[in-house]
Amino acid sequence: MTDRPRLTLRLAGHGKLVVGLAIVAAIALFAIVGPMLTQNPRSSDNPALLPPQPGHWLGTTSLGYDVLAQLAEGARGSLLVGVVAGSLAIVLSLVFGVVAGYTRGWADEGLSLITNVMLVIPGLPLMIVVASYLQVRSLWVVALILGATAWPGSAIVLRFQARSLRNRDYVSAARVAGERTPRILLVEILPNLLPLLTAQFLFAVVLAILGEAGLSYLGLGPNGSITWGTMLNEAQGGSALTRGAWWWFIPPGLLIAVLGCALSLVNFSIDEVINPRLRQAPAAARSVRKARKAGLDITAYDGGDGPAAVPAVGVSAPLGDEPREKVQA
Amino acid sequence: MSTLEVRNLVKDFKVRGGLRRSTLRAVNGVSFTLEAGRTVAVVGESGSGKSTVARMIAQLETPTEGQILLDGAPIGRRGRALAAYRHQVQMVFQDPFASLNPYHVVEHHLTRPLKIHGVARGKEVRPAVHALLERVNLTPPELYAAKRPHEMSGGQRQRIAIARALAPGARFLVADEPVSMLDVSIRLGVLNLLARLQREENLGVLYITHDLATARHFSDEIVVMYRGDVVEQGPSDEVILDPQHDYTKTLLAAAPEPSRHGRLRGEVRAELAGQAAAGYEVYPATW
Ligand SMILES: Nc1ncnc2c1ncn2[C@@H]1O[C@H](COP(=O)(O)OP(=O)(O)O)[C@@H](O)[C@H]1O
Ligand SMILES: [Mg+2]
Repeated sequence: MTDRPRLTLRLAGHGKLVVGLAIVAAIALFAIVGPMLTQNPRSSDNPALLPPQPGHWLGTTSLGYDVLAQLAEGARGSLLVGVVAGSLAIVLSLVFGVVAGYTRGWADEGLSLITNVMLVIPGLPLMIVVASYLQVRSLWVVALILGATAWPGSAIVLRFQARSLRNRDYVSAARVAGERTPRILLVEILPNLLPLLTAQFLFAVVLAILGEAGLSYLGLGPNGSITWGTMLNEAQGGSALTRGAWWWFIPPGLLIAVLGCALSLVNFSIDEVINPRLRQAPAAARSVRKARKAGLDITAYDGGDGPAAVPAVGVSAPLGDEPREKVQA
Repeated sequence: MSTLEVRNLVKDFKVRGGLRRSTLRAVNGVSFTLEAGRTVAVVGESGSGKSTVARMIAQLETPTEGQILLDGAPIGRRGRALAAYRHQVQMVFQDPFASLNPYHVVEHHLTRPLKIHGVARGKEVRPAVHALLERVNLTPPELYAAKRPHEMSGGQRQRIAIARALAPGARFLVADEPVSMLDVSIRLGVLNLLARLQREENLGVLYITHDLATARHFSDEIVVMYRGDVVEQGPSDEVILDPQHDYTKTLLAAAPEPSRHGRLRGEVRAELAGQAAAGYEVYPATW
């Protein structure tokens, strides 16, 4: 979007979104800048199991690693896994969902069949089997495994959504205008799936970060890389809990939880901001609220069948049919 | 003289009700000829198959039987032949709240057909978009070009849809109930706009409506449909002044006079309810 001022204006009404974005941005910043400011996360020159203190703000592990340095390096690893796996899952669910939903005939049948088969194969066991089969697992391989098993759910949602969009008049109109299928998919249909796709992407990122943590905890994570998951795994191996070394396992666990919550917060509020038809909604709702306080009786925004006193305000319809009102010219 | 002729069009839809599958014949043998500069009206209540005829002509549906001939030759259904057909035959949809993509601004909706059909290129595109907007009386064009559909009224949206249909420079226009979703007070304005554009471009127009009064006023020939069948067909004045079929008479009695355009829905409903006793179900659903 080119209109910056309007974006900030829009963000103003969304507390949840602002908080969520701020936390995600802070963690991303920590992942980018943190490793430059902390010591080498793989250097064991420090005394073992130091509690938090100046010089080692989050203490050290039983092997003498600096926890803060590992946390920063681990943020890189975990975010990388999350973003790569999330992107792969979205691309796959687009192909298997949107293409299947828009086309008819063998392409639809074939893609749907693969999706349905993948859906019934349980994801976590499959990940465990594949991960344990591979002896050498880089960060990328783990991300690919996570992404390749995470897409069928969103593909099915996208398939139904694309199927409904295919029958919209504006898609028919684009066909009558002479638009070709790939362009209809990319330019006419995809933008209208953007809120849904963003939500699915963020969800896939959270799922991948949790999945990586789970695999690492089981010892099936990436070898040679540091992630929050491998930190938890080492803390477990080093009996951090029984030794009372809370500074070792709480920071990575907490960051996983906080990042998950923040992405979910963004997820819940993203639709209002992206959906063009809902963009004016908060402002209109505010003006209705104000009018109410002033004692006026306004029924329109409640979504009933009342007269559309607030023009062009969609009664929140994030995924389903378009809101329709008869509007006076 | 260019013509668009449909011969004996039939459309069956497969419908699944529970476990049983059956076919529904939505259109059963419709024939007429569109000529440059002339208007054919298809009239009938909701569900009589009018939109299906329109969608078959716009090549959004494939006819089960029958033929569509452009200038005497059967039309092509794919590739270049389809592109050439779309260059000649365009459509305006019934619901302007659904026929414009909510995500895109007006400029996108008009730019695409201009580019696809090679009407304008590069720097010519923007002036061409503005010219289209001016032709459908949306001025100043710069203002409307930047708007998104939800920022406009129904009448304005339908004008955009008309401009989009004009963009390729088509010779035939299918208008599927172009004003039925609009406020009564602005219907005549949009219809007059269509009539003016038709004169200017010498367009052949298929005007689909449930309103016999405007059908008579705006068209040369009327095709009356009832549940997929053509029950009456002929020159407008003959059909209106001397209806042969009971269903046409029923429709006629229910149709508002042009002078009574502003009537309340309730009145029409009551009137139609009375007519229904005549033996035909008349649904005032599109009102
Ligand atoms: N895609 C479709 N699948 C099944 N039935 C359809 C489809 N399109 C239209 N119909 C049916 O065909 C009949 C005629 O519909 P339509 O052409 O939309 O009528 P009209 O435009 O005159 O209101 C209706 O009974 C409708 O339910
Ligand atoms: Mg219709």
